[in-house]
Parts: sequence; C-alpha cells; structure tokens
Amino acid sequence: MPDPSFLFAQSLSGLTAAMFLFLIASGLSLIFGVLRVLNFAHGSFYMLGAYLAFQTVQSLGRGPSSFWWAVAGAAVGVAVLGGLVERLLLRHLYGKEELYQLLFTYALVLIVSDAAKVFWGTQQLSVSRPPGLAGAFRLFGTLVPYYNLFILLLGPGIAFAFWLGLNRTRAGRLIRAAALDREMLGALGVNVSRLYTGVFVLGSFLAGLGGALVTPVKTIVPGMDVEIIVEAFIVVVIGGLGSFWGTFLGALIYGQVLSFGILIFPRFSIFSVFALMAVVLILRPWGLLGRPLKS
Amino acid sequence: MSGLRRIPWAPLAVVVALLVPAAGSRFYTFVATDVAILALFAVSLNLLLGYTGLVSFGHAAYFGIGAYTTGILMKKAAIPFVLAFPAAGVLAAIFALVFGFFCVRLTKIYFAMLTLAFAQIVWAICFKWNDVTGGEQGMPEIPYPDLAWMERLPLAGQLRTSDHFYLLTVVLVAACLWLLRRIVGSPFGRILTTIRENPERAEFIGVNVRRWELFAFVIAGAFAGLAGGLFGIFNRGVFPDFAYWSKSSEVLIMTILGGIGHFYGPAVGALVLLVLNQQITSYTEYWPFILGTILIVLLFVFPGGIVGALDAAARRLTRVRRA
Repeated sequence: MPDPSFLFAQSLSGLTAAMFLFLIASGLSLIFGVLRVLNFAHGSFYMLGAYLAFQTVQSLGRGPSSFWWAVAGAAVGVAVLGGLVERLLLRHLYGKEELYQLLFTYALVLIVSDAAKVFWGTQQLSVSRPPGLAGAFRLFGTLVPYYNLFILLLGPGIAFAFWLGLNRTRAGRLIRAAALDREMLGALGVNVSRLYTGVFVLGSFLAGLGGALVTPVKTIVPGMDVEIIVEAFIVVVIGGLGSFWGTFLGALIYGQVLSFGILIFPRFSIFSVFALMAVVLILRPWGLLGRPLKS
Repeated sequence: MSGLRRIPWAPLAVVVALLVPAAGSRFYTFVATDVAILALFAVSLNLLLGYTGLVSFGHAAYFGIGAYTTGILMKKAAIPFVLAFPAAGVLAAIFALVFGFFCVRLTKIYFAMLTLAFAQIVWAICFKWNDVTGGEQGMPEIPYPDLAWMERLPLAGQLRTSDHFYLLTVVLVAACLWLLRRIVGSPFGRILTTIRENPERAEFIGVNVRRWELFAFVIAGAFAGLAGGLFGIFNRGVFPDFAYWSKSSEVLIMTILGGIGHFYGPAVGALVLLVLNQQITSYTEYWPFILGTILIVLLFVFPGGIVGALDAAARRLTRVRRA
C-alpha cells in the first residue's frame, strides 16, 4: 500500500486537471448539444486563449491585476473570434453533411496552429502565477499551491453558474429547447440562428478562459491545442455529448484514471483512457449521463 | 463527354505510372511511389465513406497494422515479401472485423468516434510496446523485398532498387484497385449504396445492414492494411504515427479533395495533395496553413471534390454542345 499522503497528492493533481478539462469540455459539449457540430477547433481556441493571455501580461507588465485583465481579455478575444467564425463560415455548412462540418473545424485547427507559430514562434512560453495566489500551503503532508486551490474552487463554481444559467434563465431554457428540437423552437418564433451564434460564442469564451487560466500551471507550446482536444473529446464521450453534468463527471473520471493509471501501469496510461472511452461507446454510446440522440 | 468517357483512363494511368522511372529521377520515383500507395489507402477509405456512407475517423489504424505486420515479418522474422505482404491485409482485416463488430452497432457521429477511439488504442499500443513495435522510436530499416529478378526484365534492368520497388508497387496497387472496382460494381456494391441512401429502407427489404456494413469495414480495412504494408517498406521504417489520428484525417482530406462520388476520385485527391505538398513545402514550412485553406475553399466552393467539379464542368459542356 503506497503512502496515503502520496495517494492524496495524486488524486488532488487529478482533480485540478479535471477542473481545467471541465472548463474546456463543457464548451465543446455545449456546442455539440445545440449545434450538433463536433468542434475540433475548440482546442485551438483554448491555445489562442493561452497565447493571448501571455501577450496581454507581457504588454501590461507585472502589475498585481495584470493577470486577471489578461484572463478576461483572452476569453473575450477568443469569444469574438468564435462569433466571427460561426457567422461568416460555419453557418453555411449547417445543412450539409456532418463530415463537412468536422473537416471545416479541422481546417481551422491547421490554420490556427500555423498562425500561432508565425506570431509566437515555437519556443515554450510561460506566465507566472498572479501575485495574490503565488504561495502554497500544506494539506495532509502535501504542498498545495494557492492557485491550484483557486482552480479547484473555480471549477465547481463555474459548473454551478452554468447550471443556474441553463435552468433558471430564459436563454438557458432556449438552449435546452434547441438541444431537444430546434425545428420546433424555430417554428415557435425563436431566432435559432442567433441562438446558435450565442452558443458558439459562449463555448469559445469558455475555451479561451480555460486556455488563459492554465498558463500559470502549464507552459504554452505549439501542440497544446491537439493535446487538449483529444482529452476533451474523451471527457465528453465518457460523460455524454451534450450532457452538462456528464461532462463534469467525465472530467472527474478522466483526471483520476489518468493520475492513478500512471501508478498502476505507467506504460499504458494513455491506453487506459482510450480503452475507457471505447468501453463507454460500446456499452452506452450516448455516454454515462447523456441521452440517446433522436434520429 | 461520351468521347471522354470512352478513353480507358485507368489502363492509361497505369502505363503512365510505369513509365515514371524512365525519367531517371530519384525524386519523381519517390513521389510517385508515395502517390500510388496513398491512392490505394484513400480508395479503400472511400469504400466506407462514399459507397456505404460510413465516416471512419480511424482508418489509419488498419494502415498502421498492415505496416507493422509486413515490417515485423520482414525485418525480425526474415519472411519473404510474398508472404509478408498478404499478411498485412489479413491481419488488418482481422482487426477490422473485431473493431468493426462494435463500430457498426453505432450510427453517425458515434460510429466516427468509436473508430477514432480504436485507432488511438492501436496507436497507443504501437507507441508503448517497445519489445515488438520498437515503441516511440518506431522500427527503422525495413528491408526491401528481393527484387533481383527484375534485373532480368527488359528495360527495367538498369534501374535502381527503389525504382524496382516502385514498379512492384504500381502493379500491386493496380491489382488491388481493379479488385476494389470489381467489388463496388458487384451486387454487394449495390447493397452498400442502398445502405448509404437509406439504411431503414434497406433493412425493410431484407438487407442485414449491420452485417454488410461490417463486411465493407473489413474489406476497407484489409486494403488499407495492404497499402500500409507497402508504405512501411517505401518509407524505410514503420512508426506509431502511421496509426495516429492525424493520419486518418489526412487520408480523409485526400478522399474528399478528390471527390467521394467517383471510384478514382480519392486516387486523384492523393495525387494532387501529395504533389502540392512536395511543391509547397519547398517554398514554406507552413504547409498545414495552406492545407487548411485548401480544405476550406474545397468545402465551400467544390464540395464534390476535384473529380466532382470536373465531371460537372464536362456535363455542362456537353449540354451546351447539344443545344
């Protein structure tokens, strides 16, 4: 039996990773749930969020609040970009086959990744933790940085805000309705096309936010877009595409499987998550908490 | 149009392909081998994509399995190419049977995702199983098949080994394409088209949709495996990337670029994409950027792919001429 404090540290790091994944995957899941588009470019938006945050921190200098401005700016910037992409391009592909939408978002991945290389180069970039959260404290023999604690609290906070928004507001009700039956919603006089743009903007905002918030924990490198999108896919598939709590659960499971999988069979930790995804797809294709798609 | 149609394009293409080594350029032979192998890979994918209407996002798995099979057999067990090459198809078909059994139970986006998940599992195994696959480093130095007999052939005697392998590749790929062409033209091919057009109706008239889809999946996997077997030798090594999802998307792009509505469309796509790649990467390192742009233009302007667009143009021409 390994040292319990080590197990605690391991599960805590899994939990922190899960919160980031939840931020990213919830946007992906939301966009799929309403637009029925599997957005490969979601990881690219995340990466852009990270680079934009870096850029803003660079230009604002090391003031006490510059990090937070950078996070807000990056999230809004990515949201605007997402809105433009949806309005100008993606919307013309809604009537076409799913494959075309998939390939369109894949084309965005290629373009954004090269554009990021042109602007920011290929070296590793990093952002230091915001001054207020730079320290760490000890919990059950494990050193926990304040920033990680902030992320651990922020994750459920955003989940709760999200849940409130979806269940207690008019916009949330429309989003849920669009996920169930968009034609009927349109027939009832709701501007579905504007709703789609709104949802895409919101999803992109979450991706940008996640990318900006991850910068103090992870270095910014080319390729982080593909890495996160694969992970986010697994999370939403396990939890259920389009299911809100499913995404939360999927992120928790993924974080724990990954951090403990490394302990149990270090060489096959990547294998274990893909295997988990395949098993879920075979037994419950719509995911643990999802609902079967209407055909 | 009818004149254009009467030209025997496929035999003509094979003859032209066989003449490439005569140019005497190592580079031309290299590109042509690449094109021939990936053309087979793309056409095998189109059996699913264009003919059956199944979007596989993990077709590289079978390509990778084929490459590793031939590579391991030839390098580690010194088994001759005559056996190692068909083995690639057989093993890829077996894996396609097992994975496909689960995949065809799902529809649309879920089918795509499960094929992707299986392909990533194959990739992860290739990536980590050092003892057999060489792990992350891959398996370099796959030997060429013994092609000394080609030196006795007229005209081909003076050529390099890579040219000999290219000739062999052209013949094998042509044979595989001919077989695939026969398959899609058979009653079985018609069943696949029926399934693509309307699976529910197909089920009503007594077609066992899942079973035929699985059959198509296995055949497509087998031919992808054969393409992979050739590619490992051509590439002088087998690497886990062969089964990675970016490879799957690459072949998807080729297929769409050429046009999924025509049998040889994906082969044209492979030709255009690889030649473009060679040309553009000599000017700039930002090939993905160009590829993404091409892809967007394609999706918005020529959704039928190159062959689809040419066909439509030719049709318009004949209509003008008749009127």
